[in-house]
Amino acid sequence: MEPLMAVAIGILFAAAIYMMLRRSIVKLVIGLMLLSNAANLLIFSTAGMTRGAPPLVPEGLTAPEGAIADPLPQALVLTAIVIAFGVLSFAVVLVRRAWEIVRADDLDKMKDTDT
Amino acid sequence: MNPEIALPILIPLMSGAVSLVFWRSRLMQRLVAVGGTAGLLITALWLLASVNREGILVMHMGNWAAPFGISLVADLLGAIMVVLTGIIGLAVAIYSLATAGRGHEAYGYFPLMHLLLAGVAGAFLTGDIFNLYVWFEVMLVASFALLILGSEKAQMEGAIKYVTLNLLSSVIFLIAVGLLYGMVGTLNMADIARRLAAVEDQGMVDALAMMFMVAFGIKAAAFPLFFWLPASYHTPPVAVSALFAGLLTKVGVYALFRVFTLIFHHSPGYTHEILLWGAGLTMLSGVLGAAAQFEFRRILSFHIVSQIGYMILGLALFTPLAIVGGVFYIMHHIIVKANLFLVSGIVHRLGGSYQLKRLGGFYRSHPWLAVLFLIPALSLAGIPPLSGFLAKFIVIRAGIEAEAYGVTAIALLVGLLTLYSMIKIWTEVFWKSTPPEGDVAPYPEVRQRELWLMAAPVVGLGLCTLFIGLYPAPIHALAEASAAQLLDPDAYIRAVLGEGVEVLP
Repeated sequence: MEPLMAVAIGILFAAAIYMMLRRSIVKLVIGLMLLSNAANLLIFSTAGMTRGAPPLVPEGLTAPEGAIADPLPQALVLTAIVIAFGVLSFAVVLVRRAWEIVRADDLDKMKDTDT
Repeated sequence: MNPEIALPILIPLMSGAVSLVFWRSRLMQRLVAVGGTAGLLITALWLLASVNREGILVMHMGNWAAPFGISLVADLLGAIMVVLTGIIGLAVAIYSLATAGRGHEAYGYFPLMHLLLAGVAGAFLTGDIFNLYVWFEVMLVASFALLILGSEKAQMEGAIKYVTLNLLSSVIFLIAVGLLYGMVGTLNMADIARRLAAVEDQGMVDALAMMFMVAFGIKAAAFPLFFWLPASYHTPPVAVSALFAGLLTKVGVYALFRVFTLIFHHSPGYTHEILLWGAGLTMLSGVLGAAAQFEFRRILSFHIVSQIGYMILGLALFTPLAIVGGVFYIMHHIIVKANLFLVSGIVHRLGGSYQLKRLGGFYRSHPWLAVLFLIPALSLAGIPPLSGFLAKFIVIRAGIEAEAYGVTAIALLVGLLTLYSMIKIWTEVFWKSTPPEGDVAPYPEVRQRELWLMAAPVVGLGLCTLFIGLYPAPIHALAEASAAQLLDPDAYIRAVLGEGVEVLP
């Protein structure tokens, strides 16, 4: 399972970087979305994939028995998803406003503030 | 139980919430802005006094003992940074009373400012690496919204670059945190530091160190990742520029200091060597960029980049004296740089432009403003007896003692070029005669009360600069003590995890 995840995450990162390097601002935002999802998947798989072993404490014991799935990366991913959602919705609105004001979808036309 | 550890985070959060409740009342928002930031400054001073007296203070959220819960850790560096946050927050809040337009205030200028301060203070005080990421995001979201308040064309263009690069750095940071967790199975920074010493795969540790360096390097605007800063910092309202210039990049620098003294300090020959190159090139590229500019705030933005280089240089040399210099430099720089932006705002209000070509004659018309500009400007260039001289002196002396002559020569040269830039502003804005009225639209008359509100924070920050310059002993002692703490990670680990913990070699 892990090698498959690694390949999938790699493809996501590659696609994200490719999209971010395009000139269109819409593609830039799509790239950012793919990038944050790739990062989330990567965190999700860092602790390893454990099947059918929820981190529950059996009745009468104080600690779970045997190998269990690590719940922490999932908590981290939840937090990261929420943050990414908020930030990306901001980015989408920003791109729309920028298009309304600058009237261009081309990053090359947005270099008045450079140099 | 030390409530003062959590208060610098809670007070801005609460003031932001109260500010939101009074969404329609301009007066209440303004009162809360000044009251909240003053409260932040007072608790920050309280925190600094406690840390100075009792050593590293730790607070476990929800009484979950480290490393299982989230810990807030206040060591001297963190406490100093929080005090600086309070100073800049208060100065900018007072300044905003005069400069924030009604349009900005109606769209949540003050609540966002409180949120930004909460994010910054949280980043300085957290002892948990994932929590650091969360505070970074709190700070970033607030800064995004502040950056585009007003929705002008330049702001949109600047914001797209700012948002993209900062999100990229956040993602890199997040990936690095995830991989680090995969390696050591903990998120508490003290626990990470303890367990990382036992990791055998040094190559992977170095790779992670590089990811953190890139992520924080983008936030701190270090070479070669600084291009977003000069493209965006001159676009928002000037009070926002000052707030960003004083605090945001310094959060990145703080994170570099924290991570590369506590966690990744085992192979300085590799990581700190790269930091050293980065520091030298940051200083040089920033100052050369500034030399080509003729817009007040853009010159200052490029100088943020070059000054970041000095702070990273202090970290990269990694000798006790160099760390003292780095910490001292941060203290001096935050105050001076925010002050210069505030002065540029006054000049803009009086002269109607940020373009140096269109300004002039201020020495004749407003001699007091010339003095207020010269204090931070000469301090930035490192002229004695102002604060910048001592900061540069310590860093450069550390460079010579560490026999890093190349980068020390760069630091000296950059000091000279900084002076050139400041003199350029001085001659163009203050010295030369007023340019003939061209296409500049007539500017509304400035009321006396407005001018006082703008000048008061500038005078206050100028006095801070003079104080650090003329009576540096207590500040230097603070920097020295915090450097000693930074170079003794074991003390940090023991303070967070408890005395009984076994510190791995």
